[in-house]
Amino acid sequence: MARVRVYVTLKPSLLDSAGRTVAGSLQNLGYSELKEARIGKLIELEVEPYSEARVKEMCDKLLANPVIEDYRIEA
Amino acid sequence: MKVAVLRFPGSNCDQDAFHALRDDLGIGADYVWHQDTSLAGFDAVFVPGGFSYGDYLRCGAMASRAPIMAEVQRFAQEGRPVIGACNGFQILCEAGLLPGALLLNAEQKFICKDVYLRAENRDSLWTRGVEGVLRIPIAHGEGRYVVDDETLRRLEGEGRVAFRYVTSDGERADWANSNGSVDAIAGVLNEKGNVLGLMPHPERATRKLLGSTDGLNILKGLKLVAANL
Repeated sequence: MARVRVYVTLKPSLLDSAGRTVAGSLQNLGYSELKEARIGKLIELEVEPYSEARVKEMCDKLLANPVIEDYRIEA
Repeated sequence: MKVAVLRFPGSNCDQDAFHALRDDLGIGADYVWHQDTSLAGFDAVFVPGGFSYGDYLRCGAMASRAPIMAEVQRFAQEGRPVIGACNGFQILCEAGLLPGALLLNAEQKFICKDVYLRAENRDSLWTRGVEGVLRIPIAHGEGRYVVDDETLRRLEGEGRVAFRYVTSDGERADWANSNGSVDAIAGVLNEKGNVLGLMPHPERATRKLLGSTDGLNILKGLKLVAANL
């Protein structure tokens, strides 16, 4: 069984308003060195057998929206 | 004339839409379950708001891949009327029937209030009956419309921006664009103009008791369609 990790992140050009809120909270806690926080998703898949092409297809068809997100597969 | 009101697990504006269409607009409507595969006998589709599939992954992502959506794709390509409000707009974007996507509101908060809308297009079946500024409620956490610059220019050039958030006087103002949408866009049309997606809820503004009847200005496009059937 292969465990595959898919990281889905908002495109850098888009405002991540949730990440901005978290950054504000960390700055309130005194972490003044923090410039930005961005929140993404980690999706763990278990597949057998593993095919990178098919996992990529899963990302393109459902797991990520190319209009707003990028993804990275870690097998 | 019969409108299909789609139902996904988590839809919660389906009954509002059904009653607005049947009781206030006076046209036929019936529910269609997301697992169904046919729209036979229907003349238009209403994709209602709510939290389809719990809004998991992305709002509208799973709903846009539900079995009924292949039929909605075909329906839209045939030029027949399709409207999606709120989660319905998110679903139509995720389905690729409309460009762009909806992100978390710029100020993070869920916003539930009346907003003012200006129709920017007067040619489509959904917007040709719209006069003046409309007051219609919004109720969403993820309604910030985004689209890439090139597509935005194309939408503007082709008159496919259907509605913008404005002040009660119909003027643009940053504060009137409460979710932070690009260019204050509240609703967009597809290329043919038969598919409309918008974050505001026209089905919640269809009788005096609800505080506004302005939603009928949008939905009455369906009556014109009915007259031509």
